[in-house]
Amino acid sequence: MLKNLCRHVSKDYYPSLELRRSITNKSDNKWTSVVGLEVHAQINTVSKLFSGAPTNFSSPVNTNVSFFDCSIPGTLPVLNEKCVEYGVLTALALNCRVNPVSTFDRKHYFYADIPSGYQITQQRHPLANDGKLEFQVFTPGFHKTPYRTQVRIKQLQLEQDSGKTLHDVDRSLVDLNRAGVPLMELVFEPDLKDGEEAAALLKELITILQRIGTCSCKMEEGALRVDANVSVHKKGDPLGVRTETKNIGSVRGVAGAIRYEIDRQIKIKESGGEIENETRAWDAVNKTTVAMRDKERQQDYRYMPEPNLPPLHLAMGPVEHGCVNVDDLRKSLPELPEETRSRLRDDFGLNLEQSIILVNEKSFLELFEGACRSRKLQGKLLANLLINEYTNVLHKMDLEPSQVTFDSEYFGEIVELVQTGQISRNIAKLVLDEIIHGNHKNPLQIIKENNWMQITDENELIKLCQNVIEENEKIVTQYKSGKTKVFKALLGLVATKSKQRANMAKCDRILKELLSK
Amino acid sequence: MDKLLSANIKTVFQFLIDGRITVSELISNTLEKAHRLKKYNAFITLTENEAQQRAQQSTQRYKIKKPLSELDGIPIAIKDNFCTSNIKTTCASRMLSNFIPTYNATVYERLITAGAILIGKTNLDQFAMGSGTVDSVSGPAKNHWMYNENNDNFYISGGSSGGSAISVATGTCFAAIGSDTGGSTRNPASYCGLVGLKPTYGLVSRYGLIPLVNSMDVPGILTRTVDDCVVVLNCVAGFDPKDSTSLTKPYRKIRLPSVNKLSIKNLKVGIPNEYHCEHLDEEVLDVWNEVAKLLECNGAKIQQVSMPHTEYSIVCYSILNQCEVASNMARYDGIEYGFRAKEDASTEKLFATSRSLGFNEVVRNRILTGNYFLLTRNYDKYFNQALRVRRLIVQDFDEVWENVQLLLTPTTLTTAPLYEDFVQKTNRDQCALQDYCTQPANMAGIPAVTLPIKLSSKGMPISLQIMGKNLSEPMLLALAKYIENAVQFKHCTEI
Repeated sequence: MLKNLCRHVSKDYYPSLELRRSITNKSDNKWTSVVGLEVHAQINTVSKLFSGAPTNFSSPVNTNVSFFDCSIPGTLPVLNEKCVEYGVLTALALNCRVNPVSTFDRKHYFYADIPSGYQITQQRHPLANDGKLEFQVFTPGFHKTPYRTQVRIKQLQLEQDSGKTLHDVDRSLVDLNRAGVPLMELVFEPDLKDGEEAAALLKELITILQRIGTCSCKMEEGALRVDANVSVHKKGDPLGVRTETKNIGSVRGVAGAIRYEIDRQIKIKESGGEIENETRAWDAVNKTTVAMRDKERQQDYRYMPEPNLPPLHLAMGPVEHGCVNVDDLRKSLPELPEETRSRLRDDFGLNLEQSIILVNEKSFLELFEGACRSRKLQGKLLANLLINEYTNVLHKMDLEPSQVTFDSEYFGEIVELVQTGQISRNIAKLVLDEIIHGNHKNPLQIIKENNWMQITDENELIKLCQNVIEENEKIVTQYKSGKTKVFKALLGLVATKSKQRANMAKCDRILKELLSK
Repeated sequence: MDKLLSANIKTVFQFLIDGRITVSELISNTLEKAHRLKKYNAFITLTENEAQQRAQQSTQRYKIKKPLSELDGIPIAIKDNFCTSNIKTTCASRMLSNFIPTYNATVYERLITAGAILIGKTNLDQFAMGSGTVDSVSGPAKNHWMYNENNDNFYISGGSSGGSAISVATGTCFAAIGSDTGGSTRNPASYCGLVGLKPTYGLVSRYGLIPLVNSMDVPGILTRTVDDCVVVLNCVAGFDPKDSTSLTKPYRKIRLPSVNKLSIKNLKVGIPNEYHCEHLDEEVLDVWNEVAKLLECNGAKIQQVSMPHTEYSIVCYSILNQCEVASNMARYDGIEYGFRAKEDASTEKLFATSRSLGFNEVVRNRILTGNYFLLTRNYDKYFNQALRVRRLIVQDFDEVWENVQLLLTPTTLTTAPLYEDFVQKTNRDQCALQDYCTQPANMAGIPAVTLPIKLSSKGMPISLQIMGKNLSEPMLLALAKYIENAVQFKHCTEI
């Protein structure tokens, strides 16, 4: 009885969770932003979703067009099996529930670049639902340390792309090459809080899609297009009115557009204005979002089941007959980025940041794995050389990692030389620089020819240190009078004097010994 | 020669094999007759050059005794809503009056591969929306039965495949392809005294058929005899990878036994009560009863059955039809092909004017209502409701098949009406009345065949319809052949 009473009292005494939240919010007047993405990813097939026409990006205008693609009367859609396979693979990689039966719908609107007057999509019963993706958010320079977050995927649907209308001075021209190109539309739940999370999600998505090969993710070709839904509200209040920023064409663009949109909305709200539910476009040059013409406003698409396509059945579990076999596809999935990151940490002792950077940069990961294949290397050292020295050299030459093909054998050799103390990391950088500049010789040869081998001989190093002490009486006096900070300067002079060849660990010790005499 | 044009395909094939006539002779006679009978307005386009060329090739094949099939050299006609490469395909609409496809519909492709010779594209209601072949930019098709040249009035051919029906009924060709969405093949077949088959949905490819209602459209076959119908069906039926709704099960050619070997003993035939509706003509009812009795006397088991949702079929059909029409017609915008209005104020204005001028009122009305039904706020109330009713109708059939093998019903409630009476009612009302008995088969996707029984007191054909379960064409056509032999309907081709 007493127990019951206690429980009763305590319940009344402490405000419920909801209430507590709203109480704290009164003092906490900060804005919360809510971000959701919709991604259109072009499925990486050679032919279109419902016709045999090719999907080449660079074909001359209106040459990738079958009768069906230009909606010649009497033509019918025939589903491209490869698109289903790639859609299912993607759904599996994003931990979605793949639906054993999905259907196609017609979404109607009149545009000159939608020749049939409708787009075939999967509105009501999509290929897959309810996915979940965990990813790391880490923008060096923006975040101090990485953090892990997750986003839910509402649905993944197959659909046709539209053609392109080109507006001339006094006329409009239509190119149907893109009409009917297969797309996966990925609808993410609004689980993100800012542009950096959106960019990180996108980066993760690109890495996944490229790894499973279902989308080229070439944003410059429009193979991956992003719409961002953004709203802001105060904690405890209901969600704010959202805007949709369409067709953002780069990962950084997504971060920029969302940041701009959040700031814009907060400014409007703070000055007492209202946010309009509208479609906006990202102006990548001026780094702003602008409202799009009225035509994009809410319209009734008059969805209707596509009568020319029977329901799409997939083989899974006990069902053996279907367009593709989901269980077989699941088995064929390669290692996914999150798995790679933990493997890099577990097997090679990398830290979280290193694993993130390596997985984000495909060429780094390839160099890393290539170098490890034939040598026993310290993972951390290897990663550091990639992330610091190698990146540094590329940066100086204004090169992107993807533009350079570096022999992983050579890279491994350089790391091994550092690891065994034969060269210093500074020398390693010089060797990398030589090779990237076109020196075809192997690292050891380059090092020998340049006389870059590290000096490890004890006597030689003692001599070197003694010379430095003799030549810099002033600093030595400072040191001896208690200003131990200057030790670093002396050590630096030793390095310079040896032309970066001295083994600095040894010099550190020797110099200290000599100075304490 | 006229006698030969009135014969069946088997006979003509024998004549050609025996060399008693050449294909070239046959075709030039056919074309001559087509010209002579232009007053019936069966054809929108006569494909004379095409036909003569193919006739020469066919003649050569017979010369070396290597005809492609029993259809080699046989003149046929095709409704003008099937795409034919290099031949105008208009759908009897201004919208497609200049449309020349660059590909062949599968049905046509299979027929010419078998050697059949196309003599023309036949008249129809605009985009097959109608049941009279009166709403055509080429003018109405006229029924040749009881035709009086000195009178402006005439009996309608029925529709929408009226032109196809007239071309076969007058003996201008041996078979014609129509399309059947709510009865468009069976209705004119009934009014013109022909065998008209609506095959099981998916048995014959729709590729190249300009759609009306995709989920119900089937290519139909019009012939004077059941045997001819089987020959054509055997040629066109079977899986087509270009049509995702076509049935993948391999098609087995139908071979009907000769008449003396046909037996209907213990065949269970149902008479659905609901088809006896208030607008049913007395004479049609009598014929229905006579044939039922005839079957019973010859050993069939006749039983009354109930299909309670029949009366809702028409309104349900009307909604589904208009929704799909609204969607299917969206492609006609004057951009890629077809009629383009002289309008350059804006793209939207160009769309609007081209569509307003290109379509007739019937089409425009259906588009408008269809779009209304598809609005998000109406979708459940109309479209989804119609789908539910459709399932009930299908269920009616499924339940009936537990007790009977086939159903015997009228095809049309009356004989062909006079043009002046017909146009008193709107297209919508006419379709509701005309399609009453034929339309449920399209809802359920099942096969149905109509065949002429006798002439009415006014001298117009009265026909009956047989329906069966999916893919029951062999049984369906066997019963049709049995009745055909028993009633010995006299065609009127020698004109």
